Amino acid sequence: MGKASIIVFSGDLDKALAALTVATGAAASGMDVTMFFTFWGLNVIKKGGAWKGEGFMGKMFNLMARGGDAIGPSRLNMLGMGRWLMKRMMKKKNVKLPQEMIADARELGVTFLACEMSMRVMGVRKEDLIPVDDVVGVATYVQEASKADIALFI
Amino acid sequence: MNSDVRLDCTGMVCPQPIVELAKQRRKMDPGEILELWADDEGAKRDIPAWCEQTGNEFLGSEENGSFVKYFIRTV
Repeated sequence: MGKASIIVFSGDLDKALAALTVATGAAASGMDVTMFFTFWGLNVIKKGGAWKGEGFMGKMFNLMARGGDAIGPSRLNMLGMGRWLMKRMMKKKNVKLPQEMIADARELGVTFLACEMSMRVMGVRKEDLIPVDDVVGVATYVQEASKADIALFI
Repeated sequence: MNSDVRLDCTGMVCPQPIVELAKQRRKMDPGEILELWADDEGAKRDIPAWCEQTGNEFLGSEENGSFVKYFIRTV
């Protein structure tokens, strides 16, 4: 049925929604799907709450780079007003939020991999993330993506 | 058309009907007929596309007022 490999670099609500839509759609169509979360994309799979990270700098950084429910749209966020408005519109139009789509993706067997290097740079520990299948490096990505029929960077 | 299972996806938007369809398919045996109801415009192409991609057989659709009935035979 083929293989899909998606790098989630962005931590924006709209881009996470697009990545998760492709991932769940591909998995629902019988594809073997892997999502690689790296840099700001780690915010998409961060647990809720503010106080996370490795050491003082990690804690300060992750306080600014909040994840989970706190991620906002790539445009018109306007100090969180855009996020609030977009989420309300999504609810009204019956579009699932990223957190709900992650549950669907997991149920359909999508593999979640977190990038080790960006976790180190941003002071993100494994326990700051929702459960992932593995923490990996670029060679794992290359191995997966070289076999993929669909490869995306979002 | 008679069906073994009915799945109501009215009110859902992309990708939910496909996600629900895949979940339902797992619970069914080969040769059964699934009747899926959907009212989003995207489903008109998405349901046959899902069938082609997964090897299940698309039997056709029926307009039914505010929604469309899609018939799929599991393979």
